[in-house]
Amino acid sequence: MRKNQTLGDYLYSEGVSRRGFLKFCSATASLMALPPSAVGRVAEALAAARRPSVIWLSFQECTGCTESLTRSHAPTVESLIFDAISLDYHHTLQVAAGEAAEEAREAAMEENRGEYLLVVDGSIPLGNPGYSTIAGISNVDMLKESAKNAAAVIAVGTCAAFGGIPHANPNPTGAVSVSEIITDKPIINVSGCPPIPVVITGVLAHFLTFGSIPELDHLGRPVAFFGQSIHDRCYRRPFYERGQFARTFDDEGARKGWCLYELGCKGPTTYNACATVKWNESTSFPIGAGHGCLGCSEPNFWDKGSFYTPIAEGLWGSREALIGAAAAGAAIGIGAAMATRARRKKVQAAGEVNSS
Amino acid sequence: MTTLSDIPVTVEAGTGNVQPLLHEIRHALGRLAHGDDGTVIDLRGLPLAPGEEAKIEEALGDGEVHAELSALGTTTIRETGYSGVWIVTHRNTEDEVVARFIEVTRIPQILNAQTEDIQRALRGLEERLNEHGVNGEPRAIDQPDSRGEHETRGKQ
Repeated sequence: MRKNQTLGDYLYSEGVSRRGFLKFCSATASLMALPPSAVGRVAEALAAARRPSVIWLSFQECTGCTESLTRSHAPTVESLIFDAISLDYHHTLQVAAGEAAEEAREAAMEENRGEYLLVVDGSIPLGNPGYSTIAGISNVDMLKESAKNAAAVIAVGTCAAFGGIPHANPNPTGAVSVSEIITDKPIINVSGCPPIPVVITGVLAHFLTFGSIPELDHLGRPVAFFGQSIHDRCYRRPFYERGQFARTFDDEGARKGWCLYELGCKGPTTYNACATVKWNESTSFPIGAGHGCLGCSEPNFWDKGSFYTPIAEGLWGSREALIGAAAAGAAIGIGAAMATRARRKKVQAAGEVNSS
Repeated sequence: MTTLSDIPVTVEAGTGNVQPLLHEIRHALGRLAHGDDGTVIDLRGLPLAPGEEAKIEEALGDGEVHAELSALGTTTIRETGYSGVWIVTHRNTEDEVVARFIEVTRIPQILNAQTEDIQRALRGLEERLNEHGVNGEPRAIDQPDSRGEHETRGKQ
């Protein structure tokens, strides 16, 4: 797609019929979690959309986010959306290396001043600039320089959005999220470890379609994808309501597909679209495969206790301790008070870890 | 060798969303019957347990029209046993489902010939006639330059 060509012209020149384009728009609207009635509006806006420049920076990360995005089989709606952007810098995917790569980034920033999208995956180490550098430039300097004239920043993955695993206790590199450094630009947090690929492209499609950022929640995540908890949208939810839980991974409850809450599922406190959008071309998601949600799209998910401890126990101390206190009859008040103190300490400790 | 189907996992109950969805379709069909606009329901936006989508299809049954659209992969447009209720499945060129809708309408919009395509077709046909015409008389056209958009067949 040429730089000044609209997406409509591009698809037309590729021999895509209007029907094909409407199909593309229907799938894109569905991808963006827009109501089907919005297809007409999406079609109108996408037809006129011009190819935006995207600069993608990878800092302290495992490349899982890029893997997630590029593993979708081409040509999908996602790949068509990628055809419609100009990915001017991505050091894992681009051909250019060394100085030529950095020149491409600088040229894209200059040519598209104020209009390019900056995508970041990975956290930024503040402990010592030498922990992570690209072309001799520290991550924090490169982020500040690249964000300066960006239209918006998309923090892809939990590391960029909230610090992620590098930020986990004891946070040896002093890792922080994008929003802790960049405070004067719109930032969209697309969290997840990794994020669902269609959520990444859904956000890009939204920007491409409407030229604006989507509605965000209190953690800066697009409400369309992060507005409801995994638990709210889980197909195993009716078992939770009926108190039917798997207690081990191979008991009768597990075989019958009952709720995984007792096995540590973090679905009730995790906001993401896995339960509806699912993974691997909408095949399944962790709970569908019989494992609880790890809560990977939430801040500090790595420091919230065991993945296999029920959420309530993590906050309230062990279930046995609470039951023991209840059985003591007259001691209930004391037991509850002790549990409350223990909980307060726990929350305090978690707070200290979070702020480290 | 143990295969996935040998693992004795059974889902004994679903989300309970099948009945409410059928009621939603009933209300949409009621509106259509009274001359109101059609309704489109995005199946991707609903939490459904394994097998529940098949239950919905089973409940709706099979109707008179099956259409296939070949544009950026195959799209199947199928009228269900309830006239005016359609299931539209968009697939990409790898045959993976990219979107799935239940449309309650007289005819899904994507089946209509689109204005832009009609204009393009008109230009194409005019150019062809100009190229092939002899003394103003058009030659027989071999085959229309169709992009194989769709074929529709009635089902008895």
